[in-house]
Amino acid sequence: MKHVLTIENLQVSVEGKPILRGVDLEIKHGETHALMGPNGSGKSTLGQAVMGHPKYEVTGGSITLDGEALLEMEPDERARAGVFMAFQRPVAIPGVKMADFLRHSTTNVRNPERKEGEDLIPMKDFRRELKEKMEQLQMDMEFARRYVNDGFSGGEMKRAEILQLAMLQPKFAILDETDSGLDADAVRLASESIADIGREKMGLLIITHHDKLLVHNPPEFTHVMLGGRLVETGGSELAEELHSNGYERIRAAYPEAEAENAAMAGQ
Amino acid sequence: MATEITPGKNSESESLGEINKYDFRTETEAVFKSQKGLNEEIVRQISSMKEEPEWMLEFRLKALKMFEIKPMPEWGGEIDIDFQNIYYYLKPTDGQEKSWDDVPEEIKETFDRLGIPEAERKFLAGVKAQFESEVVYGSVAEDLEKQGVIFTDTDSALKEHPELFREYFGTIIPSSDNKFSALNSAVWSGGSFIYVPPGVKIEFPMQAYFRINAQNMGQFERTLIIVDEGAEIHYVEGCTAPMYSSDSLHSAVVEVVVKKNGRCRYTTIQNWANNIYNLVTKRAVCYQDATMEWVDGNLGSQLTMKYPAVHMLEPGAHGEILSIAFAGNGQHQDAGAKLVHAAPHTTGQIISKSISKNGGRSSYRGLVRVEEGATHAKNNVVCDALILDSESRSDTYPYIEIMEQDVSIGHEASVSRIGEEQLFYLTSRGLSETEASAMIVNGFIEPLVKELPMEYAVELNRLIQLQMEGSVG
Repeated sequence: MKHVLTIENLQVSVEGKPILRGVDLEIKHGETHALMGPNGSGKSTLGQAVMGHPKYEVTGGSITLDGEALLEMEPDERARAGVFMAFQRPVAIPGVKMADFLRHSTTNVRNPERKEGEDLIPMKDFRRELKEKMEQLQMDMEFARRYVNDGFSGGEMKRAEILQLAMLQPKFAILDETDSGLDADAVRLASESIADIGREKMGLLIITHHDKLLVHNPPEFTHVMLGGRLVETGGSELAEELHSNGYERIRAAYPEAEAENAAMAGQ
Repeated sequence: MATEITPGKNSESESLGEINKYDFRTETEAVFKSQKGLNEEIVRQISSMKEEPEWMLEFRLKALKMFEIKPMPEWGGEIDIDFQNIYYYLKPTDGQEKSWDDVPEEIKETFDRLGIPEAERKFLAGVKAQFESEVVYGSVAEDLEKQGVIFTDTDSALKEHPELFREYFGTIIPSSDNKFSALNSAVWSGGSFIYVPPGVKIEFPMQAYFRINAQNMGQFERTLIIVDEGAEIHYVEGCTAPMYSSDSLHSAVVEVVVKKNGRCRYTTIQNWANNIYNLVTKRAVCYQDATMEWVDGNLGSQLTMKYPAVHMLEPGAHGEILSIAFAGNGQHQDAGAKLVHAAPHTTGQIISKSISKNGGRSSYRGLVRVEEGATHAKNNVVCDALILDSESRSDTYPYIEIMEQDVSIGHEASVSRIGEEQLFYLTSRGLSETEASAMIVNGFIEPLVKELPMEYAVELNRLIQLQMEGSVG
């Protein structure tokens, strides 16, 4: 059976203010979707809601993974079920080494039934795999001994997120502006890395302003978000168009959503 | 030097000596009737039981008077102790009467989870130590002995090394220092005595942990360490399993002397049962170019008041204090440090990390004093507090007294809560909320934990894991 992530009529509020106003989206395993849209349209909110950030209150609709209700699960259960989000701005955890964090995380995601205090995956196997993945991403092994996101440059943060993606091998991954804050070379590297991990092995939702991340990962579907709704869906040519021409056409075509978007952005 | 303290290295005759000494002690003490309360008669009894010289009796009696005069500290935490309802000298026979069955279930469970060996569990629980443990662990490696290192319990040191003992005992922390140092001076029993001769460097940590000796870890233990010129030692005391005691007061005194070019690091990790008042006075003096480091970890107890001090008396002396406190439900950790710069070109550093959870309260209380004439003194204080929930509390009381112009003093303090964003980040990677919190807490204290000997670091991490799960009371 092909895994499928289904979002139906999703409505999400933050601190009482509605952000998503009914989003429908279905991602099948092996598909790559691009999610584009102007600032403040609700793209990141969709990612946070799928992952279960406590600040993002779901006021209506549903999210299911192969029919299982994600909304009933805690964030760690969602991760163990096979959902992953690469953070736009990952937070630093001082004193916690990347390798220790990743070993714990990888163990839990691979053994969803693991109880607290039970054994972690053997150090030797973990090290070998981590080394392999880090070489593939052209990362120095020293990186594994650094504290999680602590003092990382923008590029290092994003690569650390991609490394986690590579280690955790989720069924579905949301990449929230994994290209932002990166120079052209870094974007290319990130883009190639995602392709190397094998996007056919997962369902991908790439949230982006640019098309660079999409060059190596051409989307089968491009969705445009405006004012908390998906107003248009097309193929990879839509991503190219938006990248070249901006959102003028979209804003003009959907005045109601545009008004809501302006109101949200003004908040 | 790759020497280790090898268990069971004692020769036949030495073992025999141990047995005889042991038997003798048990016999004499069996006739001593301990009673509750504190008065001159009790102090005289303790001293005579121990067959102490006259000067020690006088020292104790003088201290008792001090104790009676001295007021309770007006700062720190709330102390509600009925001094007349405490046994001041616990005979080993009292321990024998206590059985493993009397030890609370949750303490036993914790021992299980920490994987503490059977013999040590009983010791830690206040059940009298196994005889064989004393033979196995109770001696210093032969070659250290040949180099003149003395490592014994404080009572034996008074008998076996009377001159050395008297030269230093009570000179660093006079009995009149505070109410609890006076109390300890009046009724002290057990503790460790260490002398490291000039130039001898002990390169492995000397551990009281394995010294399973009923007298070693009393309620009123008294430790004295003398590090002679150019000598080095790392002393590790305490243990990371909760120490269970039916009595509610633990009041130790630790004195350390570090002579010219000497180095001493004194590491303590203690986890007390929830009913304990842990009121400890620790002080070191440092001479020319000598270094003293206190590494002090405090978990458990009802109230801990502990401020390890270093007095830097000659140029080039360096004092360093690393303090970790974890305050859980019903616990108040009033911990900190004291550095006194009494000579030019002395340097000092305090790093304090405290964690409060489930309504626990942790306070950093620190004093940095630069005396007149201590030019070019340098001092830096960093204290960070982590609060895990809204019921918990953290306070910082930094005191700085500077009597000299040409000095450099730094102070940084931070208080943070475990952030929602940090928790979400870790849980979104498959860690449960408990695992995520424990990871954040362990990360928070990591800079101090990496200073600990390996097995202590591992146990401290596991202990914090247990505290985070709330399974340790």
